[in-house]
Amino acid sequence: MTAVVTRGTSSLAAGRLPKWATWVTLVAAMVVSAVVFALINMGSAASDFNVAGTLVVGAILYLVVIYVLSRLSESPRHAIDRFVTALVTSAFIIAIIPLVSLLYTVVSSGIERFDIEYFSSSMRGVVGTGGGAIHAVWGTILITLAATIISVPIGLMTSIYLVEYGGRGRIAKAITFFVDVMTGIPSIVAGLFIFAVFSIFLGPGASIGIMGALALAVLMIPVVVRSSEELLRIVPNELREASYALGVPKWRTIVKVVLPTTIAGIMTGIMLSISRVIGETAPLLLTAGFTTSLNMNLFDGRMMTLPVFVYNQYQNQGTNPDEAVARAWAGALTLILIVMALNLAARLIAKIFAPKLRG
Amino acid sequence: MAGMQGILVISPTPLPPLDDTKGRRGMTTSSTAQQQQEDPAQPPKATQQTRPAVRRLGDSIFSGTALGAGIIILLVLAAVAIFLVAQSIPGLSSEDNTILRDRSFLEYVVPLAFGTVWASLIALVIAAPIAIGIALFISHYAPRRFAAVLGYVIDLLAAVPSVVFGLWGALTLAGFVQPFYAWLNQNLGWFPLFSGQASATGNTILTASLVLAVMILPIMTAICREVFLQAPRLHEEAALALGATRWEMIRMAVLPFARGGMVSAAMLALGRALGETMAVTMVLSVSGVISVELLTSTNPTPIPANIALQFPEAHGNGVNTLIATGLVLFVVTFLVNAIARAIVNRRAQFSGAN
Repeated sequence: MTAVVTRGTSSLAAGRLPKWATWVTLVAAMVVSAVVFALINMGSAASDFNVAGTLVVGAILYLVVIYVLSRLSESPRHAIDRFVTALVTSAFIIAIIPLVSLLYTVVSSGIERFDIEYFSSSMRGVVGTGGGAIHAVWGTILITLAATIISVPIGLMTSIYLVEYGGRGRIAKAITFFVDVMTGIPSIVAGLFIFAVFSIFLGPGASIGIMGALALAVLMIPVVVRSSEELLRIVPNELREASYALGVPKWRTIVKVVLPTTIAGIMTGIMLSISRVIGETAPLLLTAGFTTSLNMNLFDGRMMTLPVFVYNQYQNQGTNPDEAVARAWAGALTLILIVMALNLAARLIAKIFAPKLRG
Repeated sequence: MAGMQGILVISPTPLPPLDDTKGRRGMTTSSTAQQQQEDPAQPPKATQQTRPAVRRLGDSIFSGTALGAGIIILLVLAAVAIFLVAQSIPGLSSEDNTILRDRSFLEYVVPLAFGTVWASLIALVIAAPIAIGIALFISHYAPRRFAAVLGYVIDLLAAVPSVVFGLWGALTLAGFVQPFYAWLNQNLGWFPLFSGQASATGNTILTASLVLAVMILPIMTAICREVFLQAPRLHEEAALALGATRWEMIRMAVLPFARGGMVSAAMLALGRALGETMAVTMVLSVSGVISVELLTSTNPTPIPANIALQFPEAHGNGVNTLIATGLVLFVVTFLVNAIARAIVNRRAQFSGAN
């Protein structure tokens, strides 16, 4: 066996499988698997061909064959190495499958109702077909905006305190610890908290847009603190010292030197934290409630949001389930597009405004 | 120095003249600052001897605001604890309680707590090996050029809102895996996990855990990847120089170094899975039992899903009972996260908070 494999290679490469061996084995395994499944599938239509089964069986076949080949021609150690390489690679592919499947399903099912009517009408008085999500889109925009307005100043100032003023003091340590605790608050508990507070002051069952914004702010503040703290810490101390040496007060140093240096990173962090809370459903379900009509007033009455809209359309499908599910998918597509746009914007900001380290 | 120059390019406007000249130790222009630099030791000394440093009004306001913001966070957290406790107490009694219905609170919450932990543990068991595999693939196997892109692809999973995962899990995944469940149930039905009557819809706890597993993959992968990349280069090269294969190098040099990080990554992922609501609510057909059967249509209910499902109809003391279960959830996730943080903080170079 060894002689066969090493023929035509230099003596240094003796006892190793040639580079193309892995690819040839992989293709061969897939072909064999495809043939087997095609034979099983003989009697029925071509569309019944089991692609998933083919890939899984092919991958297992490849694992076995490459192990045996390597064990015969190389050594047991190399065989295990090749086996693990194949396993690790397939772990990555396994993780890609749900992502691709999810994106494909959302786009293909969401496009059906992704039309002008969807973005121009609310669900007011809609029972079966038609209807749209304009009320949910506005609700999401307003509530997320309010949450951002609440949490960015608090988060940013806290991180400034932690980096510039707190030092290693007791308060700074306590804040760091509790920010960590806050990152771990389950989103539904944040909703329960805001609900509990408001039901004491406004009586049970209160559902107002601003409650949703506050619940989201509870989730958003720790994220803003952590990301901006990390960025403020990497501002070189020489910059601060140069500013102090010019007699600039500390607060002006922070506002005019430290913050402008990191503003790109901070903006990126804020965008990412928005994209994280914009898809939150559970806290909004408990606080902002759901409604079928457009409500632009954050301080009065229930407000629909996109995630709650998606959940609601799925959970209460009503008289025409297909239509409701189609609306849910279109809402999911809108959400994904918003989140992707925010992520993209964050990356662009980071790239365009990043401090130029050279030149 | 290169960094400084670059940063000065970013903020090209010169520092504006300062308005509070009183406390500036006699310096009014930058030319005096120049002189000061030539003789740096003297003036501060003189200031120390004559009078204490002047507190500027701007500084006090600014540092006060910063401290205030920090204190707000502490207050919010204290408020979370106080309000949740205060609101849960009425929910502990079963009088007039539409949710407890003559059960004690403990009888009610134990199956729910079991459901929470059970679903999350299954998700972790599924996700952990895959996440470690992906992290290894990105850090040690993939070509350098692609590594960053591949990492970004995995991070995309983290950007998908949980309600979309729920929709996908309920409408796509459940239908896809149902035949496998039927097969498992038929052929391995003697095994306790796969016993019982297989669900016809696929809306089982295993499907919910699969969705949870996909959702916690990104955070676990991100932390593991960071830890693997921090493994000492010299150890890796030494192992390779001794003739180790790539896997042997990873087993001897990378994995022992990364053990703590991997455990804390798993704990943080578990913390996230425990609190996840929507995906489970939408995928699972719940019944609130304690059962380890993975494939049946009677499934244990995790706490968050239970709150989301019961909340719209709850009234009176029932709401308080739900808040009390939320408090239990909070305590459980807090403990899990605290253990994870304790492990992370032992080596403070990496953090899982992003």
